[in-house]
This record gives sequence, structure tokens and C-alpha cells, in this order.
Amino acid sequence: MDPLSWTGQIAFLNPVLALGLGLLGLSVLAWIGLSSLLPENRAITPSGAGLSLPTGPRELSGLVVRLAFLLTAAVIAAYLVLGLALGTGAGIIGAIAQRLLPVWIALVLLFALSIRFKQRLGLYGKLFDSPIGMIGFGLVMFWVFTGIFGAFDLIITHDPLAQLSGLKNKVPGTPLPRPEDGDFQWYLLGGDNLARDVFSRMVKGAWEVVKIAPLATLFAFMAGITLGLPAGYFGGRIDTILSFLANLILAFPVILLFYLLVTPEIVQTGLPQYMAAVLFAFPLIFFTVLINARFRTQPQQNRLWLSVVLIPLVWGYFSLINQTGSKINFLPQSLDLFNIPGGILVVFVSVVFVNSPTVFRIVRGLTMDIKTRDYVAAAQTRGERPWYIMLWEVLPNARGPLIVDFCLRIGYTTILLGTLGFFGLGLPPESPDWGSTINEGRKLLAIYLHPALPPAFALLSLVLGLNLLADGLREESMKD
Amino acid sequence: MGLFILRRSGVMILTALCLTFIVFILTNLEPNLEKLAKTQGNFRMSDEAVNSWLNNNGYGQPTVVKYGQWLGALPGWTRTTEEGVTGRCITGTQPEAEAGQAARFCGILQGEWGYSTRFKDDVASIISVRLGNTGYLMLWVLVIMVPSALIIGVLAGMREGSVTDRSLSTVSILTTATPEYVSGVILIAIFTSSTVGLKWFKGTATSAMENPTFENFFLPVLTIALYGMGYIARMTRASMTEVMTAQYIRTARLKGVSFHNIVLKHALRNALIAPFTVIMLQFPWLLNGVVIVETLFNYKGFGWILVEAAGNNDIELLLAISVVSVVVVLVTQLISDIGYVYLNPRIRIS
Repeated sequence: MDPLSWTGQIAFLNPVLALGLGLLGLSVLAWIGLSSLLPENRAITPSGAGLSLPTGPRELSGLVVRLAFLLTAAVIAAYLVLGLALGTGAGIIGAIAQRLLPVWIALVLLFALSIRFKQRLGLYGKLFDSPIGMIGFGLVMFWVFTGIFGAFDLIITHDPLAQLSGLKNKVPGTPLPRPEDGDFQWYLLGGDNLARDVFSRMVKGAWEVVKIAPLATLFAFMAGITLGLPAGYFGGRIDTILSFLANLILAFPVILLFYLLVTPEIVQTGLPQYMAAVLFAFPLIFFTVLINARFRTQPQQNRLWLSVVLIPLVWGYFSLINQTGSKINFLPQSLDLFNIPGGILVVFVSVVFVNSPTVFRIVRGLTMDIKTRDYVAAAQTRGERPWYIMLWEVLPNARGPLIVDFCLRIGYTTILLGTLGFFGLGLPPESPDWGSTINEGRKLLAIYLHPALPPAFALLSLVLGLNLLADGLREESMKD
Repeated sequence: MGLFILRRSGVMILTALCLTFIVFILTNLEPNLEKLAKTQGNFRMSDEAVNSWLNNNGYGQPTVVKYGQWLGALPGWTRTTEEGVTGRCITGTQPEAEAGQAARFCGILQGEWGYSTRFKDDVASIISVRLGNTGYLMLWVLVIMVPSALIIGVLAGMREGSVTDRSLSTVSILTTATPEYVSGVILIAIFTSSTVGLKWFKGTATSAMENPTFENFFLPVLTIALYGMGYIARMTRASMTEVMTAQYIRTARLKGVSFHNIVLKHALRNALIAPFTVIMLQFPWLLNGVVIVETLFNYKGFGWILVEAAGNNDIELLLAISVVSVVVVLVTQLISDIGYVYLNPRIRIS
């Protein structure tokens, strides 16, 4: 087999792309320059005057930027479509586009359905009115689908842990020296310094992030909300104590905390498990209080809802913290639903622990603001209990900023996970997560670029997507 | 104001005590001490040998007592053997007469920071050398980061929704989405790689410790500055847009003051109050960045000793590091609070 080049048969597109990118760069510069030098055009154009060609240099440069952007986007789409059709014939890009086929299908379906029904989808539907939000959402969902399909072994070309001799530090597109039947013939993004496939490791790394980051952020939000609401609503001593504790955790340098919590010695003492037992109890408390506050006066419904929600939650909670052969081990084997590998649990706990004080501060601030509103006073006059007001009056009205912060915080959690991987903490050494891969790749960065750059760009694009998504959501929720 | 500072300082000391106590407990957990004994003694020690090593070196006492000794609130331990007396405040083994002259208390209250088991040196001297290296790095980071972030933020917030705003906001979102270990790797790949890169800079900053030059020092500084810059720029932009919609700006515009003058004379001073606190609160994050960048560029500063001390469970060095970082965090918080009150007349007068 011959080595693959980057573009293969579709190399004729390269000059077009170069032209498009050059034009885009130049026109953006001209646009910025012109719009900062020329005076603002404050003339009021009557609405319904019909289409007219832009006249001034400002408008003209804006038009050129738009056209150049469209050209570039069209060329990139052409790369993908031709790559899908030609596969390895279109070089590495084609092969990767073809491997990612399930992701493209899922993305197209998701976007088509969402745009079709966007009127009925509330804030989520409005996201599709803002181009920034759509780009961000697209980037995020790309990695989410890549992670999920990667977990089902649909995308990866090789086992991410398998080492094939002769492929150590080989450049992208190197063919396997002795391929067997049914093997994929190339290392698409080359091999790392242990001769493993960089592309497959990157795809598997997406799954590591997708499975930990949103869930950890969710737990941090549960803890932050459960503690932040009473601190903001009641104030006084409870607020002083909780705020002091939150500031205490925030004053800790994150990396020092990680180094102290995420070592094999600390795992031996069972400390992370005790912390897990505390931190994962917050969702239980949250849902109990939530339901009880709502149905307190209707005991029958109260009992029904509580049992429907709490029984699976409590069972899940016990299975989560219970682990055979460790400090917390009381559940019989048959009842233990799942086991979390020790390393993952520690990482999970420490990320939740670091994130929850910030969420606490945000919720506390929002609650202090919202509790002065009239509808809270109305509820108080009605004689509602404090917890009902907090969870059913204050919390729903604080949802806008919280949703935006949730997106940003998933991005931050992704960065934290990368940091943990970068310092080789917690996750097993051969784990394909992006932080560990970057750390391994950086050691030979002066000679071989390809092992470190794909995970770096993957992490960058995911976090960028989350930031753009948060920006889009913020913009759209402000419009109400 | 005096009472405010006094109260904040009290809370600060309490926080520092709590934090160092937590670090103390975590580093003095059973398995950690065992690891320490094995790295200091030898790796094949039996459990009894480990225990006797720990007892002989004062680690066998209750944690609270050890913490008191480290703090200097309790007298340091001593142990009399046939050869003489050893103890926390005594170097090596000394005859009884000389040992009697040694200080009874030796904790950080007395200015004794202890002895590093990893570097075999005095903690105070290690910290001062390494902190100097990192301080120099931080100085240049601030010199680059703060002015550029403020300029970007002010330019973007000057005309909300304009082309400049949108392009500069995109840049600042991009930099906040790039953690140091990603931007560092990309910058190294672009500027230093010997195969395809530009070879403008050096990929390590090891030589920068003695002789910092533009060539070996610029990339680490840029890497830290980029990540913090986006956040400060976004906060400045938000503050600037808020000021630009204020009543007095509209009045000035209607009076016919030129846009140039409005921005420089009327808006800027009020718009820079919020970023001041943001910059101050950015210090704890810079500390994170320093650890990553020092590892990435092999620059032996404060972050490097943090990694070394934590990796080897060097208890006293770790405690000193946490004291320094906690003090940095809390002092910057205090400055940001005081500065906010001082800069903002509306709060100062009420």
C-alpha cells in the first residue's frame, strides 16, 4: 500500500481553498480598517425599500467578507462531500471524512429536525436564530457524536491501545507494514511514540470527555444549587459559614488540590470515596426537597412521586459509592449495579469538588437578587414555605444565567480534565484522554508534531464550541 | 475602612490556618508517611522499620501536635538516644549540653520554614530562589497581558455590535477557550519545531533562568498571557459597553463632544473600575498557568517545585508552597476589595 497524501485526488481544490482563505483574510482586514476609519453611517433606510446594491466602501467590504466566507465554506464542504464519496482516494481528509460518516448523518438529522421544529422548542429552538450559537452547537455536537459513536467502535480504525511495530512516530497516512485481512490499511494521523494510532486515540479521547465532563458539571450544579439557595435566601449565619467554606476551597490553588487528592496513596485511604458519598448525596437531597416542597399538602401524590424518583436514585447512589475491596463496601454484590474504576471516581470527585463553590457563589448571588422581587413577596404573603419559594419561585427564574454558566462550566471542566491528564494524575497512564495524549506528545514536539496536535485542536474546538454556544444562548435569552 | 481591613485580615488568617491544616492532614495520612519513609530510608523497609523511622523522625506524634510544632505554637519534639539529642529544632544529633541551647519553638511563627526532604535544603531558601524566577515570569506576563487586554476590551466595547467589536470578541473567546497546555503546544509547534516550524524561538526556557532573552523567554510569557487576556478583555468590554449606554455619555454626545474625547475623557475612567478587580482576581488562575507553563517549558520556578514537592510528598515544602499561594490569593482579594471601594466613589461615600 502506498502512503496517503493529505488530499489525494481532490488536490485540485487546494488552490481554491488557498484563494478563498486569502481573500477572506484580506477582506476581513479591509473591513475592520474601513469601518474603524470611516465615519458611521447613521442614515435611516426606510423599511421595505427593496433590495439595492451596497454603495459605500463600508457596505462593499462587508459584502466581500460575506462572499469570501461563503466561498471558503463551500470549498470546505466540497472537501467533505468529495472525501465522503472517494474515501481513501481523496487522501487522509477523504478517509477521515468517510470514517466520520455516522457523525455527519447524526449532525444533519439533528440540525434538520431542530430547524424544522424550532418554533416549538423554546430557548433551544431560538438558538438556531443566532449564527454564533449554531456554530458553537455544531462544534459541541460534533464531538459529542464522535465520542458516542467512538465508544461503539464505529469510527476508530484501530484499537487505541494496540501497538503495531514499525509505526512508531510515523507521519500521517503511513500504511501498515504487514496488514492482516480486515485491518484498516493506514494510520490516518500517524503513530505516537508507542506506535499507537493517533486518530483512534483522539476519537476515544472524545468519549472520555463526553462521559465525564457534563455529568461532573451536573453534580457540581446540584451541590451548588442545594447550598446556594438557602445561603442566598436566608442569609445570616448559614450564609457566613457556607460562604467561608466556599472561599476556602476557592483559595486553594487547583493544581495543588489535585496533587493532594489524586494520588494512589490518598485513594488507598478511601478519602475520595467519602467525598463521593457526600457530594453525590446532593442530588438526592435536591430532589427530595423539590418534590416534598411541591406536594407537601397532598400526601398521596407526595409519596408516589418521592418513591418513583428516589428509589432508582438511591439505588444508583449506593451502587456508585459502593465498591468491593475498598473502604465503603456494604452492598451485596448482586445489588451493586455498576462499578466505577477507582481512577475515574477520584477524577470525577475532584472536578466536582473544585467546581461546586463557584456554582454556589453564582446561585447565592442570583438568589439574593431575585428574592427582592414582587412575586417572591407574593408567595411569602400567600404563606408558602421557604423551600417552596426557593425551588419553585426563585430557581426557575434564575435558569437563564444558570444555563449559560452550565455551558461555560462544561468547557472549564474539560480544561480541568485535560490538566489532570497533562500532569498524569488519576487517569490510567495508557488512557487515550486528550490531556494525557498532549502530555506524551509534547516530549517529542521538536521532532514529531503529529502526536500532540490532533488532541490539542480537538480540545480547543470543543471548548471553543461550548463558549460560542454559551454566547449564543446568552444573546437569545436576553432578547426576551 | 480601618475596621473593614481589620476584619478582612482576620478572615484571611483564619482561612490560611484552615487551609494549611487541611494540607497538613492530607500530607500526614498514613500511606503518604509510609511513602515518605520509604523514599527517605529504602524501598524495601518492613512495616516495623517504617514505623520506627517515622517515630524516630517525629512523624509518629498526633497530627494536631505536629501541626502545632510546624506552626511554632508548641515546642518542637526532642528524642534522647545514647549518642545525644535529636529534635525538630536541632540539626543532626548533638550532645545534651549543646542541644539544651537550641530554641524550644521552631515553627513558621519563629521564621523557621523547615527542611525539604526532596531537595535536602532549607525550605526558605528554596522558596525564595524559585519564587524569584516565577516573579520575573509573572512580571512580564502582566506587562504583556494587562495593557493588551484593556486595549482590546475598550476598543471592542466602544461601539457595541460594530465590526471591530465582533472581530475582537471572537479573538478573546478564542483565547479563553485555549488552555495553556494547548496554546503552549501549538506555539511550540509553530515557532520552534526543527522540522517544519519557523525556528524563531526556543522550545525550552531552561536557559532563561540565568539569562532571559526574547528568544527563550517570550513563548512562556505569551502562553500564560494569552489565556488570561481573553477573560479580562471580555470583562473590560462588558464594563465599557455598560458605561457607553449611560446617561452622561448620551448627554456628552448630544452636546457635540467628539467621539474621541467621549471615550478618553468621559468613559474610560469609569469603565476601568470593574477590570481592576477582575485583574486582581485573576492571580489565582495565573498560578495554575505558571505550573503548567513551567512544566511545559522546563522553567524551574514556583510551579516546578510544587510539582516536585507534591510528587515526593515533601511535607514542609508543600506547606510552605500552600502558605505562599494562599497568601497571594487572599492578599489580591483584599487589594481588589479595597481598590474597588477606593476607585468607586459611589461606594466610598455611602
